Amino acid sequence: MASHSFTLCDTRCQALPSGALLLPDHDTLCVSDLHLGKSDRIARRGGTMLPPYEVQATLDKLQSDISATNPATLICLGDSFDDLTAAQSLSDDMQIWLTRLQAGRRWIWIEGNHDPGPVDLGGSHLAQLTIGTLTFRHIATSQKAEVSGHYHPKFQIAGRSRPAFIYDASRLILPAYGAYTGGLSANHPDLRALFGPQPIAVLTGAKAISVPVTNTRRPPRFPGRFG
Amino acid sequence: MTTLPPIFTQWFDSRGWHIHPHQQDMLEQSQAPALLLIAPTGGGKTLAGFLPTLAELADGQHTGLHTLYVSPLKALAADIKRNLRIPVAEMDLPIRIEDRTGDTSYTQKRRQRADPPHILLTTPESLALLTSYEDAPRMFAGLQRVIIDEIHALSESKRGDQLMLAVSRLQSIAPGLRRVGLSATVEDPQAIAHELARNPDPCPILLADPGPDPNIQMLITDEKPPWSGGGAKYAIPQVLEQVKQHKTTLIFHNTRAQAEIFFHNLWLANTDDLPIGIHHGSLAREQRERVEAAMVNGDLRAIVCTGSLDLGIDWGDVDLVIQIGAPKNVKRLVQRIGRANHRYNAPSKALLVPANRFEVVECVAALEAVKEHDLDGDPKGPGPRDVLCQHILIRAAAGPFDANALYEEVKTVGAFTGLDRAAFDDCLDFCATGGYALRAYDKWKRLLQNPDGTWQLRDPRAAQRIRMNIGTIQDTDTLKVRMRGNFKPLGEVEEAFAATLTPGDTFLIGGQIVRYEGLREMTVEVSRRADKTPKIATFMGTKFANSTQLSQRILRMFQQPDWPQLPEHTAEWLTLQREVSQLPEADRILVESFAYDAREYTCIYGFAGRNAMQTLGMLLTQRMEELHLHPMGFVATDYATLIWGLDPVPDPAPLFRAPDLREGFENWLGGNAVMKKTFRGSATIAGLIERNLPQARKSGRQATFSSDILYDTLSKYDPNHLMLQITREEAMRGLVDFGRIEEMLARTAGRVDHVKPDHVTPLAAPLFLEVGRIPIKGAAQERLMEDVAAGMMAAAGLTEL
Repeated sequence: MASHSFTLCDTRCQALPSGALLLPDHDTLCVSDLHLGKSDRIARRGGTMLPPYEVQATLDKLQSDISATNPATLICLGDSFDDLTAAQSLSDDMQIWLTRLQAGRRWIWIEGNHDPGPVDLGGSHLAQLTIGTLTFRHIATSQKAEVSGHYHPKFQIAGRSRPAFIYDASRLILPAYGAYTGGLSANHPDLRALFGPQPIAVLTGAKAISVPVTNTRRPPRFPGRFG
Repeated sequence: MTTLPPIFTQWFDSRGWHIHPHQQDMLEQSQAPALLLIAPTGGGKTLAGFLPTLAELADGQHTGLHTLYVSPLKALAADIKRNLRIPVAEMDLPIRIEDRTGDTSYTQKRRQRADPPHILLTTPESLALLTSYEDAPRMFAGLQRVIIDEIHALSESKRGDQLMLAVSRLQSIAPGLRRVGLSATVEDPQAIAHELARNPDPCPILLADPGPDPNIQMLITDEKPPWSGGGAKYAIPQVLEQVKQHKTTLIFHNTRAQAEIFFHNLWLANTDDLPIGIHHGSLAREQRERVEAAMVNGDLRAIVCTGSLDLGIDWGDVDLVIQIGAPKNVKRLVQRIGRANHRYNAPSKALLVPANRFEVVECVAALEAVKEHDLDGDPKGPGPRDVLCQHILIRAAAGPFDANALYEEVKTVGAFTGLDRAAFDDCLDFCATGGYALRAYDKWKRLLQNPDGTWQLRDPRAAQRIRMNIGTIQDTDTLKVRMRGNFKPLGEVEEAFAATLTPGDTFLIGGQIVRYEGLREMTVEVSRRADKTPKIATFMGTKFANSTQLSQRILRMFQQPDWPQLPEHTAEWLTLQREVSQLPEADRILVESFAYDAREYTCIYGFAGRNAMQTLGMLLTQRMEELHLHPMGFVATDYATLIWGLDPVPDPAPLFRAPDLREGFENWLGGNAVMKKTFRGSATIAGLIERNLPQARKSGRQATFSSDILYDTLSKYDPNHLMLQITREEAMRGLVDFGRIEEMLARTAGRVDHVKPDHVTPLAAPLFLEVGRIPIKGAAQERLMEDVAAGMMAAAGLTEL
């Protein structure tokens, strides 16, 4: 797996190409914004009936990250469910699948704005959690040494926009891991305001690609008429 | 037969007019359940359509809606209203005429539903919306006639299918409804008649006198046209000269961006300050209306325009049409030229201005085709099921319905006569439950079946969402542009274009250069700025595909030893192509490979039409990806596919082996950009993706995600889903067109010529400015992203990270 390694407040971190974060010294895997049950919630509210396979697609991805890293602790960093009703109406086989993934490891549900209360599934429910030097919570605060999600950051290079990790010396924001999630550009003022002058973006995809978050949307000119 | 009341005869006499034979025929056959009139532009076609209505309404006995007139353009509806009110006022007929389009005010629309006029002029989308209201049966109860103007233009797209489905609905509400189609000259009138009539009603076709042949020539300029480019800037002085010599000139362009650039250059050269206007679909309504009004008053000497002015609008005194760029399609050219000299039996006058040397060849081929009355066109396939899905939802919005009755109604539509019940039920199931193999929405179905067997919306509020998504025109999302501190919008640009702008960038809109200041809510704010060369406005217009017939003519022309019919510069240009490479032949595939600007280019001349050449681009780049040649993208025209990448292609012949291409095609069909694009279009029409949600566009963040994700998810977990079936059908028929690749392979039978010139060749040059480039998201993309990222890290001094 071509991941990107870096150190955040003395804790070693690996940004995986899937969008998951691995803390190798703490045997911990962290994923954010799964938004399980999103299609269910949209249909319930009278919207369109999207392909109801996003739970399956997201768990497929999570399963392959888990089998590759076999973490002792797994943190779901909030907005794991699109809302609490969606969590309750998860189908039986998806619940069984989740239980299977949880087996043999500590599983933490950090609460998010979409899923503010406990859900009727295994694992512990916490508002926040500290591992090593880092605090894990859903929405970024002004506190340092913090890992959060919520914003679904993405970043664009060479004309391609992808979900991306954004970090600087004091904080890290994870990309959305769920299959049905959009994103907010790393250059959006709301996101830029959280970081110092030179944050780094790590794009997800086939490989994790790191790049400085530049203010201009235009990458430097490189040869080749048709990028 | 409808007899004309004496007041009409007096009115005709007072004007010194005679009723045309085809207008008389229309009166005589006015009771036919369906009737198609084919008449050249300017042949009094619209009046022919309306005369029976005016005659039937003259006695003032009819209450409510009598005639519904549908045209493809809002502007046309407004124009007809103006023209129709003249005879009605002059004869003092008790007839109320109103139009209803997306531009009509909310209060006016409400009133029209409660108290409809005698004659309502509208568009297919506005009509579909009207049929979605619960009160539709009351509004249309007394409807006698529906007149579909420019039906040839509508029948080319899904708008026509949607319209005929709506008409089938009206026919059930008003069983005595008579249908009238008005069409310009087309190659297959029978096909349009079949679409117009209620199946299996007969549909007589009336042919008006086609009038004299138009006078079309190619504009010969002192300056030679460039090798490539679409601006035709070189021809500005001569075009201006022509404008001076004529009363009113329409200057047509194939895309909006080209129209803007041409208009800008024309202004710079317009030292006499001739009044010249611009009109295209991206401009704000107010601005379009101002130009239209000035045009009608005869205040303008020329209008630079696009297809938004293309259809039957009666502009009065236009005496010259100039077409900038190759016309791409002979039929459309002939119809467009009908704009000039809008009087019956006077020859129309038109000039073609090729933008580059290749287009000189295209223009000459088109002129020869016009001379030989060789119109082109491709037969249409069966009715598209995404449009049917939308129709079912529209029906549901109007109230509970019976599926059997709806199925029978849909089968009366020409394009859907072959629809079997299972295919219909699939669409119904899609609308009701999403149609997924995983039956996940039993609780949240969109449509419920009542105990009596009828279907209705689970949540009546869904009707509002369905109405907001009506339509089959696939336009990209656009943003309004306005001057900072000024409310009046200048026009619209595509969201994707706006995203490429940084403050300080300049672009052209409405003929002026503006400076991008920033994005405020969903509006692009600009300021006036005239001192910079503009960044080219890349907003799109309709991109026409060249017809097969025209391609064949061009190939035949290439085989001439010399070209006496072409201007010298173009003959020289072809001679040069013959020297540095060779000219493509119908029974061989020509491949050129050359390096340019740090990329390796391969140009394939297959002459299989734009869609097939695009598919060929997909298949060849996929094969190149497997061979680790790092292809990065390609662009296709009707004649050629240009591929670029990081490595040269050593031997192209094996790439064209038919079995490999066929196998590659099967594998490829699953996960490619064209399919995703097609999916997006069909899924939007069918109501799987919503386009006009009230708040969704505003935030543009977590709420929305790419339709590509849906396509990938469906392909992986539900590969037989209806939307994927429709996508496949659509793509095979339109965008993929593998049939023409087979045809190309058969006619060339493995004969591949590979030429490796040192430079870009004369024939390849025009492809470099072609829009619609398709990137390949393969290894080259990853490699390039890594390179760019590494470069940026280094530049920021962050290499050690």
